[in-house]
Amino acid sequence: MADASLFAIFMDGVFLKNFLVVQFLGLCSFVGVTKDVKSASGMSGAVIFVITLSAFVSYLLYTFILLPLRLEYLNTIAFIIVIAALVQLVEFIVRKFMPPLYRSLGIYLPLISTNCAVLGAVLLNVMNEYTFIQSIVFGIAAGVGYTVAMLIMASIRERSNVLYVPKAVGRGVTYAFFIALIMSMSFANYFKVIPL
Amino acid sequence: MGDNRSVASEFMRGITKDNPTFGLVLGLCPTLAVTTSVENGIGMAAGTLFVLVGSNMLVSLLRKEIPDSVRIPIELIVIATFVSIVDMGMEAFTPDIYAALGVYIPLIVVNCIVIGRAEAYALKNGVFYSIVDAFGIGTGFLLVLMLLGGIRELLGTGGIKLFGVQLVDFVSMLGYNPIGVMTLSSGAFLTIAVLMTIVNYRKILKAMKGG
Repeated sequence: MADASLFAIFMDGVFLKNFLVVQFLGLCSFVGVTKDVKSASGMSGAVIFVITLSAFVSYLLYTFILLPLRLEYLNTIAFIIVIAALVQLVEFIVRKFMPPLYRSLGIYLPLISTNCAVLGAVLLNVMNEYTFIQSIVFGIAAGVGYTVAMLIMASIRERSNVLYVPKAVGRGVTYAFFIALIMSMSFANYFKVIPL
Repeated sequence: MGDNRSVASEFMRGITKDNPTFGLVLGLCPTLAVTTSVENGIGMAAGTLFVLVGSNMLVSLLRKEIPDSVRIPIELIVIATFVSIVDMGMEAFTPDIYAALGVYIPLIVVNCIVIGRAEAYALKNGVFYSIVDAFGIGTGFLLVLMLLGGIRELLGTGGIKLFGVQLVDFVSMLGYNPIGVMTLSSGAFLTIAVLMTIVNYRKILKAMKGG
């Protein structure tokens, strides 16, 4: 996989292997925080930020600490600690220096340390043996793909507030899953027409 | 918690009222991602059950020692340790299932069910009941994964194959034409959406009868 072009990795991350609707990473936030567009975009912003940062940090950690010391088997523990610490750090920095950004992202940041999307991106980087640049591009792509799916889902749910939906289908997450069904078909299949 | 709880009721609560998928709606990523076949579902649920029991036991034993302010990092490390054990154990003993589950095994760490039970139950209850709770929730998870995996495998490939033995085969028996999309991501969303609709429908009927 080390020879895959950056554009191919990016398109893969955003559409073909979209984290939410194709790979099922981060589904809890996909059905939980998409009741309106405002909170969905806040969550997405926080995820792009943290995924990119942790792709960067975990690559350095894996290549320069875990590999030379032959501690690859500890990668799950190491990555989860790094992500949790990173999220805390980002929260402090944003709160101190960027209060407006903190007001819009603040409540979503703690949720991210247990979001499968972040740990998933980091682990997939290691599994696919991506180089440094490829890891970061994949991280950004995963974040952008997450945002695209979250915003589509939130807009559909927000608009369907005024529609009549049968009670058994329209209750909470069930409705979200029906929307996700249609979205996953388009993401996984129709974007295959783009030649990479 | 009163004293009127019994082991059986605590166990059954994980399967019915606090069912991870239909009751608590937690841990959806593995529920949908790995249920392309019954076998993968069982593998995933067994791994999660082991982690749940281990983490609930350890967190409950340590519950008087853990300072409140750092309890989440501590729980995460406890869980990550058990996940690493599962990860290495499955790689050594069941390499086929390990290859099929891939990245989702290490992702048990961020499965909301495990940390949710540590937070909501093990921190407040004794060791014995924490283990019972873990077994109940784990069994509920196992049943859901088997149901989802069974539906998707049956419709998607036309038969059910369990540990190398073909149990049912509709393709040769009935000339059934498999619907390939059921084993893809869309099939997972369709299956869970329809199942949840049925659950909701039953709840609404019950509420109408009651009120």
